[in-house]
Amino acid sequence: MPFLTVPHVRRGMTDVRVAGVGLTHFGEHPERTGRDLFAEASERALADAGVPRADIEQLNYGNFMGALSEHQGHQGPLMAEAAGVDAPATRYESACASSGVAVREAVKDVRNGELDVALVGGAERMNNLGTAGSTEALAIAADDLYEVRAGMTFPAAYALMARAYFDRYGGAREDLAEIAVKNHDNALDNEHAQYQSAITVEDALDAPTIAEPLGLFDACPITDGASAAVLVSESYAEEHDLDAPVAVTGTGQGGDRMALQDRKHLARTPAAERAAEEAYDDAGIGAQDVAVAEVHDCFTIAEVLALEALDFYAPGEAVGAAARGETTRDGDRPVNLSGGLKAKGHPVGATGASQIAELTRLLRGDHPNSDAVDGDLGVAHNAGGTVASTTVHVLEVVA
Amino acid sequence: MSETDAVRADGGRVRDEGYDDFLDALESGEGYYLECPEGHGWLPPRRVCPECGGTDLEETALPETGAIETHTTVHVAAPSFADDAPYVTAVADFDGVRLTGVVRGIDPENVEVGTEVSAEVDETETAGERVLVLHAE
Repeated sequence: MPFLTVPHVRRGMTDVRVAGVGLTHFGEHPERTGRDLFAEASERALADAGVPRADIEQLNYGNFMGALSEHQGHQGPLMAEAAGVDAPATRYESACASSGVAVREAVKDVRNGELDVALVGGAERMNNLGTAGSTEALAIAADDLYEVRAGMTFPAAYALMARAYFDRYGGAREDLAEIAVKNHDNALDNEHAQYQSAITVEDALDAPTIAEPLGLFDACPITDGASAAVLVSESYAEEHDLDAPVAVTGTGQGGDRMALQDRKHLARTPAAERAAEEAYDDAGIGAQDVAVAEVHDCFTIAEVLALEALDFYAPGEAVGAAARGETTRDGDRPVNLSGGLKAKGHPVGATGASQIAELTRLLRGDHPNSDAVDGDLGVAHNAGGTVASTTVHVLEVVA
Repeated sequence: MSETDAVRADGGRVRDEGYDDFLDALESGEGYYLECPEGHGWLPPRRVCPECGGTDLEETALPETGAIETHTTVHVAAPSFADDAPYVTAVADFDGVRLTGVVRGIDPENVEVGTEVSAEVDETETAGERVLVLHAE
């Protein structure tokens, strides 16, 4: 590359600190409204931050299927009201990366000096749709003409990617089962997680098939929940003497064609590769500096694709990482210590910001699994659809 | 109900210009795709090649057969395919353009990467909607 890169000199004007984070329980709450879920998460984040509501200058809110599940559009102002915040508010929609994008836009605004205090987060209500209804709603993240009309479901799309991966690089259902086992183990002590229960490789392999080669335990559950975080400028944190040791030091976003049929790679995720490269450059780091990662494991194969896109592994090498013990809590680089989407749950629009919340707690030391983190730097990888959009964020302990 | 699929707010369906024209052509044995001067192929509707930005897209005859590149047997379907399940969905390479469709004419267990298919139009078992079918010979 003909460019000089200077480590740790970021293009932003200011560090963006994570002042506070909050999550609801992730699980089956079919009767709870999105606004109630987000009100709870944001209340927790504001309390954790010690920032008064009156100081919030903007809400960036992620949501995917609220127009279908709650017949509710225009959710930005609704959620600001629910959070008790008198500030402009916008809903961001980028499928499963909705709140990753919401976080990224707030990070940019704080860096650019447009804002000092932003509330970010997301919420999703899904269980009120039932399994068939949520399967149909999730499918709208795929291309309606070329894919959904041809019977594509969200699990089917990832199954197509898994088959393509196995065909090109090798790997087997047993490798994927090890990922599910790992992420269930990680969720055991996480009070926010949908599944605080261990499973075995045999459980995963014996589970009903959803879309071959993926079975029930390769898939994240259908989840209701909300997430929130308060992002502040470094100067605001200093002026208000906030205890906010974690900063967002890198942000990146990548895109790809909507439909799998129009992609160059069915077994790789270039959108995530681009997002990671941008975020790493932004933070002045490389993959080798990352001690811990929260990645978008909506299906077990998605964790494999994420670890390769994040350059932790060469293409074809990540499928055995969990089985080899490299990404388990005792491994060199633990992945999804929260339990991931697989076991913590995946309330679609809340997931990106929930990864920021979990990573912040893991790095601060107040997460049940913080003792497994050996280092000060983590990344969050949030993917939309079949990775047609992705955000990657770098978080570091800076104070 | 029309034979096409875009969903209106009232739940009815309208025709998708471009895509339904493509299905019509496929149905009458004259399938085509859009090809840019650089040779990148796409299904309609499309005004610009997303790969190279070319706007001179020409209707090009779809090859008679393609090869399955990846496939899955879907057991948990959306409501619009509930009675079709289990069914096989696949992406097939037609040498210039890739198509996604439901695989028929073969036992699902025998579908493999590389299986030869032709593109046709058939109906879903669930609602009789038109669907792109990849038919194994």
